[in-house]
Amino acid sequence: MYWYLPFISPSASMHLMSSELFTLTYGALVTQLCKDYENDEDVNKQLDKMGYNIGVRLIEDFLARSNVGRCHDFRETADVIAKVAFKMYLGITPSITNWSPAGDEFSLILENNPLVDFVELPDNHSSLIYSNLLCGVLRGALEMVQMAVDVKFVQDTLKGDSVTEIRMKFIRRIEDNLPVGEE
Amino acid sequence: PRLSSNEKLMLASMFHSLFAIGSQLSPEPGSSGIEMLETDTFKLHCFQTLTGIKFVVLADPRQAGIDSLLRKIYEIYSDFALKNPFYSLEMPIRCELFDQNLKLALEVAEKAGPFGPGP
Repeated sequence: MYWYLPFISPSASMHLMSSELFTLTYGALVTQLCKDYENDEDVNKQLDKMGYNIGVRLIEDFLARSNVGRCHDFRETADVIAKVAFKMYLGITPSITNWSPAGDEFSLILENNPLVDFVELPDNHSSLIYSNLLCGVLRGALEMVQMAVDVKFVQDTLKGDSVTEIRMKFIRRIEDNLPVGEE
Repeated sequence: PRLSSNEKLMLASMFHSLFAIGSQLSPEPGSSGIEMLETDTFKLHCFQTLTGIKFVVLADPRQAGIDSLLRKIYEIYSDFALKNPFYSLEMPIRCELFDQNLKLALEVAEKAGPFGPGP
């Protein structure tokens, strides 16, 4: 299976990449972490940390290529994440549901998750959050645009659920490093 | 005429503070800060990203196409500096590929001259 990365800007060329290679690479990463850390909680933490490091860099690439402006509220942020960012990097468009009444929490429902193609969780790793890297990426990326968020998986197809659901909660705006001129 | 590293640092820190003061002083709310500074001998262009990074270009006052140059530099930064896992954020960028591509982009912009890049 191949996917075409969408043609976003004149300098971003059309890339063709094997998604199997991506799935294999991510799988190798997770299994190595499992060997290194021996317990699922630590692996989850490491995945989140690695994701965070990816996120703080990926956001610049995203902003440079997608040309989206600053989001005015969390709903806009949710839209951009699901419709532009996920599409751009993973080729999927999750749906946005379950808004909290205060508008500060929502869920991303992923029908399919490219990271877990062909993956089955064995019984001895039942508390492993396989795709936890994604949570870190989202957290790191949003932190660079002055939003502190909490991201976690609430449903996972690897654990028997019908869909994969990521819950995102807005915690606060990060005021200390605000680029000057933003109110 | 090239600026020494020290002069660049001074320019950057001074400009950062001026930018901050400028945005506060602006009569318009939600000002985007100092985008351009013009003098007789040069023009200073600044582009601030949503993440707070500022790209500053010093150019000849007649040079056109700086806006697209700034966007191109943003892309080059996000590619060669950020995707290099050995580059740490906020440190001076010592990546060869970044320098090479930056030079190329500058040459393209310079050739375009006062009339802007061709179609």
